[in-house]
Amino acid sequence: MWRVGTVVALHNETATARTIRFEVPDWPGHVAGQHVDVRLTASDGYSAVRSYSIASAPNANRLFEITVERLPDGEVSPYLTQDVVVGDRLELRGPIGGWFVWRREQTEPIQLIAGGSGIVPLMAMTRSRNSTGGTAPFRLLYSVREPKAIWYSNELQALSQRDPSFSITYAYTRVTPNDWPRPAGRIDSALIANATWPSSLGPTCYVCGPTSFVESAAGLLAASGNSSDRIKTERFGPTGDRK
Amino acid sequence: MTSDTYKYLDGNAAAGELSRVFVMDVTAAEGCCANCGTIKRFAEAHLYMQSPGIVARCPACQHVLLRLVNVGQRLFLDVRGLTYLRFDAA
Repeated sequence: MWRVGTVVALHNETATARTIRFEVPDWPGHVAGQHVDVRLTASDGYSAVRSYSIASAPNANRLFEITVERLPDGEVSPYLTQDVVVGDRLELRGPIGGWFVWRREQTEPIQLIAGGSGIVPLMAMTRSRNSTGGTAPFRLLYSVREPKAIWYSNELQALSQRDPSFSITYAYTRVTPNDWPRPAGRIDSALIANATWPSSLGPTCYVCGPTSFVESAAGLLAASGNSSDRIKTERFGPTGDRK
Repeated sequence: MTSDTYKYLDGNAAAGELSRVFVMDVTAAEGCCANCGTIKRFAEAHLYMQSPGIVARCPACQHVLLRLVNVGQRLFLDVRGLTYLRFDAA
């Protein structure tokens, strides 16, 4: 079922990523981790649908946010990151997906692993936990190309400083900050061992990112003893503008 | 992204299209592969969206579980690769 949402705010996260806040009068509310489909239709009738994870915490205000990364050859993301203005109305379907979700009733340790823009649904989980006063211990392992590619940087820093049961480890794949102890590189078994919950604690793991990233990170989690049914994944990348 | 050799997504990504047909969320349902008997959440299937429709394959044996294809004003759904789907009715 398609609904019409109105753009009520825009915010640039980085040079290529923008957060869009929608207000939807008949929005039924969402669960952290769910996504929404956005449909754009051209004047000749051609339409394109893309899925975007919801970034914001569940709320009663019929508002939600997505963060979109501009892909140079994308059909949809250039429009959403450059042309959309406050007041525009877009067709939306959602919220959708009942598997890759975190609910506040969950009290077990939570391991979040994000690759690039895969941070979005994990940010919704982090915000959901924070907004509901949740106490489930969260760890976030966030892999990015370089420091300036971090999304929600200030908010993540503030949350981790304020809350001892929420910690972040950054993994830089191309460029690190000065004096960073770990050389630039992909997530490996040593980092999984150092920066994620021991599997003996029975964490639920949420991994989101490009398909190859997810494949690698989920494999490392399984190799370190995590049960495959506690590793939830959300891949995106090869088919379009996802995120 | 173009160097990505894995050309599939998770079954999660089909939630929107499947919501056109199903009242309940298929991606959170458990499905049994008609070929190898593996039982997984549909969200864990491997999803191919490059084709004219959606093709979901078993993550264990790669057998086709489900196809959903739009042809003009018609929507074709093929689920013969699934022995069953089990929904949480709560």
